[in-house]
Amino acid sequence: MSENLSLSALMQEQFPQWVLGTHQYRGDETLLIKREGLLEVCRFLRDDPRTAFNFLMDLTCVDYLTFGKRLESMPTTATPSPLPYFMKPKPVTEQWERTGDRAGTIRAGDRAGNILSGEEVSAAAGPPTEEVPRAAERAAADGARLEVVYHLYSHTRTRRLRLKVPVGAADAVVDSVTGLWKAADWFEREVWDMFGVRFEGHPNLKRILMYEPFDGHPLRKDYPVNKRQPLLGPTN
Amino acid sequence: MAALTAMERGLVDVSRLSWMTTKLEAALGWARKYSIFQYPFVTACCGMEYMATACSHYDVDRFGAGFPRFSPRQADVLFVVGTVSHKLAPVLKRVYDQMVEPKWVVAFGVCTCTGGFYDNYATVMGIDTIIPVDIYIPGCPPRPENVLDGLMKLQEKMQHGVKATLPQGPSARPAELLASHRPEEHL
Repeated sequence: MSENLSLSALMQEQFPQWVLGTHQYRGDETLLIKREGLLEVCRFLRDDPRTAFNFLMDLTCVDYLTFGKRLESMPTTATPSPLPYFMKPKPVTEQWERTGDRAGTIRAGDRAGNILSGEEVSAAAGPPTEEVPRAAERAAADGARLEVVYHLYSHTRTRRLRLKVPVGAADAVVDSVTGLWKAADWFEREVWDMFGVRFEGHPNLKRILMYEPFDGHPLRKDYPVNKRQPLLGPTN
Repeated sequence: MAALTAMERGLVDVSRLSWMTTKLEAALGWARKYSIFQYPFVTACCGMEYMATACSHYDVDRFGAGFPRFSPRQADVLFVVGTVSHKLAPVLKRVYDQMVEPKWVVAFGVCTCTGGFYDNYATVMGIDTIIPVDIYIPGCPPRPENVLDGLMKLQEKMQHGVKATLPQGPSARPAELLASHRPEEHL
């Protein structure tokens, strides 16, 4: 039954050389893929009848340059985001059930809420997976500052999957999937425009939101957000 | 032999006729203010309020402004409605340049007045940095009543033939719009 198919297990079995890690959370699955294997993995996901991901829902990119280094970029249960000045902290009333071999337990390290973290869930459920290194360490490590994210959907199986491809800022090149899903065309142009990730094999990789004389990639964390490069008028 | 006009034959005293030209200008002003052919340069959310003002409930047709003209050659008022990005700025300038005199510009919504709540790499911080603006209608989006008030002020301007001529920029904005729009300064 397709509902019981664990994509993580299937992909680890099919492409052990490309899958860097997997993550499951309440039915959502994420795969971390090496960029060299992206095209092969995507072709398999689209063509194999067990997966049948015929629809690319989204293609975007994340910049982890400051992830975990600024409080507001990585709230945790221990250090939640600071509240705006007009709010008072709300008493937490949600209690989440632990299932599996941890049913009914309360961990000593939990703060109010018993919220399960992603790592705990993926450790408790599914086949054993490789440790997904924390994003901050990945970003600090060579070659993983940017991450191209693909959201796939299968109309026949009604399943979703997220693929993440870590890419370094210095040589940000990834294979283009426009040959597999036509929808990738403009999404990849947007990622090129905003983040500077080149897509090899893209038919028309040029800026789509900004204009050609614009210098730089504005959604990268090191682009000052209000630095304007006007075509007309003062820089104000 | 060319026939002499009445003026040349000394029958009409020209120096006492200046009231005619002032009356003529007043008549022209009256005609212009009650037959506004606006070019709705609508880009963003303010367009919804523009449509609301133009439609039956608030009815801009009773001011004579019921016919928009989507060609700069046929329009006399350029309503810039909604955020203008730097990518669009040359287009706006071109449309303004293609309009024929007499022409007026209305900056509709705070994004066109001062940049609005945007302060980023993409937004023009006030269209008066690119083209001269006659009327600033602040609001995000402005209420239709606010728009009609701005329209009536524009009509007064048209009556008296006053026009903005040079891009004046932030220094010529009304005092209310010069207040800082950074949220932390209002806390």
